[in-house]
Amino acid sequence: MMIVAGIDIGGKNAHIVIKKDGQILGKAAGPTGIKKAEAVEELYDEALKKAGLSRKDVERVVATGSAATRATFANGFIPDAAADARGVIKAVPTAKTVIDVGAEEGRAIKIGADGRVLDFAINEKCAAGTGTFVEAMSRALEVSVDEMAKITLQSSQTLSMNAQCAVFGESEVVSLIHQKTSKPDIARAVMNAIAGRIGSIARIVGLEKEVVMVGGMAKNAGFVDSLKKELQMDVIVPEDPGYIGALGAAEAALAGVMAEEVKAKVVEKETVTEGKA
Amino acid sequence: MGGEAIPQEFWRWPETNWVNQDIDWKEGKVITAGLDVGSVSTQAVVMVDGELYAYGNTRTGSDSPTSAWTGMNFALEKTDLKVENIDYCIGTGYGRVNVPMAQQSITEISCHARGANFMYGPEVRTVMDMGGQDCKAINVDERGKVLNFVMNDKCAAGTGRGMEVFADLIRVPVWEIGPRSFRIQKEPPTISSTCVVFAKSEVLGLLESGMPENDIMAAYCSAMAHRIMDLLNRLGVKEKFVITGGIAKNEGVVKRLDKELGIKTAERVWYAKEYIDRGYPFDTQLAGGIGAALFGQALLKMGKAKSARKA
Repeated sequence: MMIVAGIDIGGKNAHIVIKKDGQILGKAAGPTGIKKAEAVEELYDEALKKAGLSRKDVERVVATGSAATRATFANGFIPDAAADARGVIKAVPTAKTVIDVGAEEGRAIKIGADGRVLDFAINEKCAAGTGTFVEAMSRALEVSVDEMAKITLQSSQTLSMNAQCAVFGESEVVSLIHQKTSKPDIARAVMNAIAGRIGSIARIVGLEKEVVMVGGMAKNAGFVDSLKKELQMDVIVPEDPGYIGALGAAEAALAGVMAEEVKAKVVEKETVTEGKA
Repeated sequence: MGGEAIPQEFWRWPETNWVNQDIDWKEGKVITAGLDVGSVSTQAVVMVDGELYAYGNTRTGSDSPTSAWTGMNFALEKTDLKVENIDYCIGTGYGRVNVPMAQQSITEISCHARGANFMYGPEVRTVMDMGGQDCKAINVDERGKVLNFVMNDKCAAGTGRGMEVFADLIRVPVWEIGPRSFRIQKEPPTISSTCVVFAKSEVLGLLESGMPENDIMAAYCSAMAHRIMDLLNRLGVKEKFVITGGIAKNEGVVKRLDKELGIKTAERVWYAKEYIDRGYPFDTQLAGGIGAALFGQALLKMGKAKSARKA
């Protein structure tokens, strides 16, 4: 019987899972703010308390996420894509493709039946196509992100956004508001725009069902709906999608995988147009 | 900081207008106007027989027609010239098809190339127009005709809007960023995020880490220069190299770009010696409007357009 912890520290939030073999003993999640290391320490203690354990009971701690190293108490680190793959295969054993859209990146992973990463593409250079884009647009629309997800499903017409940039998108949303376009229609246009970006990343690794979506945007029903339409495929959202990375890290810890390497295809948006007189 | 008229809007650059006191428009034969309605700024330029007569440089408003009128009225504010007295008006820029007083529209690429030729002279071979929401590098011939160009209009990084977002974030008026970016001990590492949204988080992190503001401005100007380099490398820069648009006024970006390019961006002065001697203001944002007004002159002269003058 081995007790392990999986820690996932992303751009905005951290998720922690304490596991004993197949069983989850405790979980904790919350925003990390600027002092990430301190926030993670607190969340770790919270998860341990829920599990009725103390730090010395935990045999292995594996951390993942863009800020994984802030978990100074961890003794193993694996890349997010590896954690996603291990977590998803545990939650949805038939999964072949994982789409993870977080606050500051979007990625698509092709996974093997053993939960290993076969292929992996990522956009981490451009905010369009990430959760940050939705947040910025929700501010322009003056609704919460949750509200925006809801009203997306009430949209009655499909508009397409011209802007491919979060900064320009904000001005476009403002001008759509001025033109009295309804908020649901604008929200849908925003979700479709991100789904388009994510779809093109997913097509790089190849789409094979089942497609599973995780990350913060998986909780956004409006976005998931747009993504299904974009991919023309069903998209499965596992229960507690935010915990998938932490779960995957815990799985790695159980398997004794304290380090793993994955190679990414980094996706960069082509921004230059050439022309002749 | 503080003491600014509108301290909450650090991006808000000063709007300006000017009238040439050496010209009596009533004695002129052909009066043309160029209206460059951009995504961020609008310029109305009036030329009498091919010489600069008046201009207004304003912020673009909620829609193109209103912005065009605001710019035109601002340009004509201190004159007794009316829009009805203008022979021909050409719209250019992002909102060019929605300019109510224009008889025709021409792309801003052609207009900036032509305008840069007038402002900086016939030796100009590469023009870089750094606009509010796009950035274009254009190779031109000795008449200011476009040969080929590359353009980024998809990403805010490397555009005026990106600099405005930064000004608001760091709470420093946008025109102070260039000068302050040189008040540093040592050139800092550049901002690594390309995306303006991600650069914002990076800048906030640097501010919190206690990095001096001037150093952060240097790091941002250098990131901007770096971004523009990508575009220029695609085109191939030839001297005389000039920059038009708002960012041309930001020495923090221009000097760092020069260093990366290994050539010197031409000084912001008139090619026409009498314009320098008479102290006519040189505003890099005028290039599109000047080019449009000059196209109007040429079209009338060649008989390819008819005067629309009503009074």
